[in-house]
Amino acid sequence: MNERHVLVVFPHPDDEAFGVSGTIAEHAQNGTPVTYACLTLGEMGRNMGVPPFANRETLPHIRKQELEEACRILGIHDLRLLGYRDKTVEFEDEEELADRIAAIVAETNPSLVITFYPGYSVHPDHDACGAAVIRALKRWPKEERPTVHCVAFAKNCEQDLGQPDVVRDVSSVIDTKLAAIRAHRSQTEGLMQAASKRGDALAWLKTERFWTYRWDD
Amino acid sequence: MQPIDTAAVQEALNRFANRDVYIHLETTNGAYASHHNEGFYSVGAYIRNACIRFTRGKITGPGPYRVGLKLDLGWVYAEGLTHWEWTEKGQLLLAGHDDQGKLAVALELSDEPFV
Ligand SMILES: [Zn+2]
Repeated sequence: MNERHVLVVFPHPDDEAFGVSGTIAEHAQNGTPVTYACLTLGEMGRNMGVPPFANRETLPHIRKQELEEACRILGIHDLRLLGYRDKTVEFEDEEELADRIAAIVAETNPSLVITFYPGYSVHPDHDACGAAVIRALKRWPKEERPTVHCVAFAKNCEQDLGQPDVVRDVSSVIDTKLAAIRAHRSQTEGLMQAASKRGDALAWLKTERFWTYRWDD
Repeated sequence: MQPIDTAAVQEALNRFANRDVYIHLETTNGAYASHHNEGFYSVGAYIRNACIRFTRGKITGPGPYRVGLKLDLGWVYAEGLTHWEWTEKGQLLLAGHDDQGKLAVALELSDEPFV
């Protein structure tokens, strides 16, 4: 899995945490440069804590710091914050959004792009983000496009897309992954507590699953 | 944020009456509600930086609380409010959180647009 450059494109600061951060850590440890383009700061997140440690106005600042910390832990040295607003990505002009992503692709020349599978990623921002990445990459001739590994978790994704064709055991970097997840404390603390109560957290986190995007052109 | 002190919130509401103020109003049960619980009807709405002017603002209820702002031609309403904060910038932040600390409703007022 020696890549020239890995470009990760997600809409929310913690989107990489559970399903992709092990893969990112492995690439970074192999010496592959990783660029993470994050479309929003997750301004509309709902987890404020009990008692609340954040409010609607402070949440973006907190999540930005958490994201920077997660990137430091994972070895991502190139973080791009694109400045869109949470929950509004699908309402942006699709060509303009693709322009922004295409510019980063042209600059970083990645051999692998990781994003959400459009239509199979539940949150409208996830689907819009994946669609924008695909739209951007389609501007290159098919044979020059980077490989695209997609995260998907809609209920019907296996029914429609089949089994994920990339299944990666990330046990060797599990401590780094757990630290990156914990860095997104405002959003992940509750989930991690629930998972550790169920006792299945580690098994779930040791495997990362991707669908290679199949071009339709 | 702190649990709502109705007297303090009422005083803060009074400060914004009869002048142009920017409002953030939001209600949400989360983008994943239907994913986690099939059959659950997911809804949400928000408006950010609309400029309004109200003649009377009032907080009521035994907690969680309700706030109504009476406009010249209509109303702004929010229910389920549990916490409040008065920021350094002189903004009034009100929010309602469920028992897991998830925001379900927010009503915020500011003299300057929210960034
Ligand atoms: Zn997300």
